[in-house]
This record gives sequence, C-alpha cells and structure tokens, in this order.
Amino acid sequence: MPLARAWSVALYGVDGRLVEIEADIGLGLPGVHLVGLPDASLHESKDRVRAAVVNSGRTWPNRRITLALSPATLPKAGSGFDAALACAVLAACGEVAQGELDGTVLIGELALDGRLRSVRGILPSLLAARRSGARRVVIPAETLHEASLVDGLEVVGAARLNDVLGWLRGDQKLPGPPPLTVVPPDEPPDLADVVGQKSGRLALEIAAAGGHHLMLVGPPGTGKTMLAQRLVGLLPELAADEALQIAAIRSVAGRLPVTGPLSLTPPFVAPHHSSSVAALVGGGSGLPRPGAVSMAHRGVLFMDEAPEFGPHLLESLRTPLEEGEVRLARAAGSVRYPAHFQLVLAANPCPCAPAHNRDCTCPPTVRRRYLGRLSGPLLDRVDLRAELLPVTALSGLDLEPGESTSAVRARVLAARAAAQDRWAEHGWRTNSEVPGPALRTRFRLSTSVVAPLEQGLREGRLTARGSDRALRLAWTLSDLAGRDRPDEAMVAAAMRFKEQQVA
Amino acid sequence: MATKDELGRRGEDLAVDYLRGTGLVVLSRNWRCRDGELDVVATDSTRLVVCEVKTRSGTAFGEPAEAVSRQKAARIRRVTQAWLAAHQVRWCEIRFDVVAIVAPPGGEVTLQHYESAF
Repeated sequence: MPLARAWSVALYGVDGRLVEIEADIGLGLPGVHLVGLPDASLHESKDRVRAAVVNSGRTWPNRRITLALSPATLPKAGSGFDAALACAVLAACGEVAQGELDGTVLIGELALDGRLRSVRGILPSLLAARRSGARRVVIPAETLHEASLVDGLEVVGAARLNDVLGWLRGDQKLPGPPPLTVVPPDEPPDLADVVGQKSGRLALEIAAAGGHHLMLVGPPGTGKTMLAQRLVGLLPELAADEALQIAAIRSVAGRLPVTGPLSLTPPFVAPHHSSSVAALVGGGSGLPRPGAVSMAHRGVLFMDEAPEFGPHLLESLRTPLEEGEVRLARAAGSVRYPAHFQLVLAANPCPCAPAHNRDCTCPPTVRRRYLGRLSGPLLDRVDLRAELLPVTALSGLDLEPGESTSAVRARVLAARAAAQDRWAEHGWRTNSEVPGPALRTRFRLSTSVVAPLEQGLREGRLTARGSDRALRLAWTLSDLAGRDRPDEAMVAAAMRFKEQQVA
Repeated sequence: MATKDELGRRGEDLAVDYLRGTGLVVLSRNWRCRDGELDVVATDSTRLVVCEVKTRSGTAFGEPAEAVSRQKAARIRRVTQAWLAAHQVRWCEIRFDVVAIVAPPGGEVTLQHYESAF
C-alpha cells in the first residue's frame, strides 16, 4: 500500500494535540520529504528514522517518500514523532498492516541502531491521547513509570523499534506500566526546630491557613529560611487532580522522578537570586519550558534574599501572582503553564544586616533603597509581613519550646476546612482566592467591624487592593479562631500584619 | 580507461538494452556539449525521454539514484535545451528518467528505473 497513517502527539506546554502522520510512496527520485511545519530537530528525524529502520533489519523503501504531519498549520517540534514516522513508512511499503496502526499512538525518539529513546512530556501526551479517543499507546520503555498515572488507556513500553513492530503484528507482548506508587511524603522539617520567633510562627500559620503570600524580614540567622522551609509541612496534601497537574509540569520539564512519579507533597521551589527570567517564569528556545513558578504550582515559591533578585525578575512575578498561570509567547508558538503558587519572600533589613538593628552601619539612604528594590506593586500583593527579632537566647527558662509541625498543622487544616466549606459553592479553595468584590458585597462585614479599614483608607495608609487583602487575612484569622466571621479586632490585626513596617 | 569509467560504460550499455526492451527508440548516446553530457536520449514516439544512467559497484556510498542531486537535475535540463536546439526539435513533451544500476564485482546486477524522476 503506497499510503499509510500513524498517530503521535505534539505538546504545547502541558496541552497535547493528536497529530496524524501520513506517509505516501510516490514517483520520483528516492528521498524523504517532510511537510507540516517541522522544526530543525524534527527535520533531522528523516535521517534518524531511516538509519533506525535499516539497522533494525528492515528494508527502507528506496523511493520518493512524502511524510505529512497534520494538522499542517501547527508548528511541530522535537523528536517524539520518530516512532510514528517509522511505522507510517513501514506501513506504506507493506511491512506493517494499516489496521494495526489504527487507534494506536506512537511516541518516542529513535536511536540510529533502532532503540526507542525517551522524550520529555510523556504524561501530558498520554492525557492528550486519551482525550482524543486513542485506544492504545506505545511509549519508550524507560518512561513507563509516567504511564502508571493514566488509566483508561492501554499503554505499553517498547525498548526497540523491532519490539514495536512485533507487538503491532501481535507476535510479541510488551510490558505495561508498573503499579502506581505514591511517594510517601518525606518527613518535613519540624517547626519545633525553630528557636523562638513567636511572630514568625504565627505569620507562617496564618499564611498556611489562608494561602496568603508572606514576607519575612529580619537579621541573618534568625530563622527566615528555616521557617519558610517548614511551610510545606503545614500545608494539606495535594488533591489527586493537583498532583497530576504537577506531575504533568514535571514531565514536560523532564524532571519527573523515576521512582514514584506521583507526589502528594506540595512542591517547594527555591530559585537562587542569580536565576534568569527564563528559569523563573519559563522559557528556552523553541517552545518555552516551564520555569520555577510553574514547578512551584500548588506549592511554595521561596525567594531567599529577595532584594538580591534583579528588578526584572521580581516584576516578572507580578502577572503569575495575579492570574495563577503564565502565558509565554515565542516565534514557535505560545504556551500556557499553570503557576498557582504561594510566594514567600525573605529579606534582611539592610545590606550590612547585623544581629541587632541598632548596630547597623548603613547610611539611611542605602537602608531605604535596599528594601525599596522590592517594588510597591509586588509588596502590595503580599498579604502578610512578619518581622523576625534577633534570637537572644538559645536555651534557658525564658525560652518556651516551640510547637511542633503536627500541632500547628492540625489547626491549619481545621481553618482550611472551614474556609473550604464556606466558599465551596463558589469554587474557591482558600481565603486568598476569593475575589475582592465578593468580600465587599455578598460576604460583607458590618460597618463597625470594617471601621479600621475605612480609617486606614481615609488616611491613605492602605490601597483599595490592600484593604481587600486585609479582609481576606481577617477571614483567615477568624477561621483559625474557630469563629464564623471576623470581628473588629481581627480586622485591625489583619491590617497590622498587612502594613507592618519593615526596616 | 579507469575502472570507474569502464563501470559507467558497462552500466550505460545495460541501460540502453533495458530501455530498448521497454519499447523506446534510442536517439543519442553520450551526447556532449559545452555544458555537459546526456547519457541517453530516446523517444517513445510521443515524447522525448532523457535518461541519466548512474552505475555503482555497491551501495556503501549510498544508492546510485541518490547521487542525482538538484544541481545535476538542473544541468541535465540545461543540456537538454542544447540538444533540442542542436537537433532543431521545436515543441515536444520531455520526460526525465533515472536508471540506477548496482553492479557489485562478481555479483548480481540490479537495475532500477525511475520514470519521471524530476
């Protein structure tokens, strides 16, 4: 048969599209012509596929072969189409029956000797294949662990092109995915390790309960980093759909662990301050790859030494913070990655940062400029600011032992459950997700309760967005206290947290 | 004569026999002009068939037909214009074929005919 079809998947971010690959053997000089907007790496697959087919002991048709990737208008990139291209050609020259390829999606890069190599993004590809009604999928054997997350689809892993051909003909069996293993969450660092820092702990608890963005300011060595690392331990386990979303992002980034791909622990990502914008929000040549903000999806993005991050890095965070996703447009196309993360900033009060503020030797302008590197619009999105005080004693009677993670986590989970009950019918999960207008209309608080906010607005100490954020914080405080709505004292406290003067 | 020229000569003889077998009438062989050479010019009585013959002793350096590159195809078209002018042929349909021959020393000779190759 001079015409054959095979199917594969093209990835755009974490969204996949089924791609139909047609092979036609026609008149003309021998050669391979690939059409359908392939990029450079896909153009090279002509040579890879041919070598792989020949080295697998099959005959390559010495004719003019036209390979069309459809939909033709979508730019396609990468080496994951190799297996499907090889099978389409072999079907066109009659080595494989077309009926065996129907309903089968083939994914994988071919090595010149006919081995099937792994590609990034198997998990989202499988999800796309299932969505488009494929019956069975062949993936590289090395990536089978990713397939254990997808059910309702026959997935097999092949190590060589010959295995795939044998399996298509029905002569050979191929292994399916291993049983799903959920990673038992690592024992998170315990909150009890942090010495003192009552206000820091409180801020951390509130941030965990309401999903609020947090900023910790204090001299070096007071436990900012320790506190931030303990935030993940306070958060509830991820829901199944969230865990799958994160696994898909990691799969696209090529960072899905082989042992136990599904993790229910919220991710904790701490980029260094020398990171590039591309590393932070996503980027790279061709179709952009996910950055730190997406790797921290449904988890914590911790920016230690926040003022050391370049201004363009900090500003690039503003849109994902507001919208919960990043859209990256490049010449090759635009992709969308989810980026719903909780931001934790940590900073020293000034460049010299002595243990006690009174020993600071920085000129006032330097001091002011240091935290001024964090722009107003960014800080306006941070709900909670906590100042950490120097630790004055490591042991002694005046030092009460801190609460452990499990004790605080119980309170956080109770508060989150209360918030979820309240907002469930509107589709919000935490207080921080509730839009401002809803807080001011449907869930409006009485005039006397919001009096501190009104006063703050009138005196110009608070922006309109700032007052919405203080309201959200007040709801979290009431959830933690076990009340059904905040009172005046809570609103006032929320406002203090919001506008606490740092530096 | 160098071995490769001998091989080419032998291949061309084979090709001509083959083409005659398919019912073509051979008009010129190894027609040369300043721009180059046409291996075989033949006709099937309705159109002109210009045939490039490529012979190799093995496929270690690729299939013989692969050696007909875009530049080579362009040169054959150009030389064909010269042939038409020299023989005062005006309008006619032209077909460009490639005959690829693999003749391993002491082995079996295979011949592949690509009609309308370019």
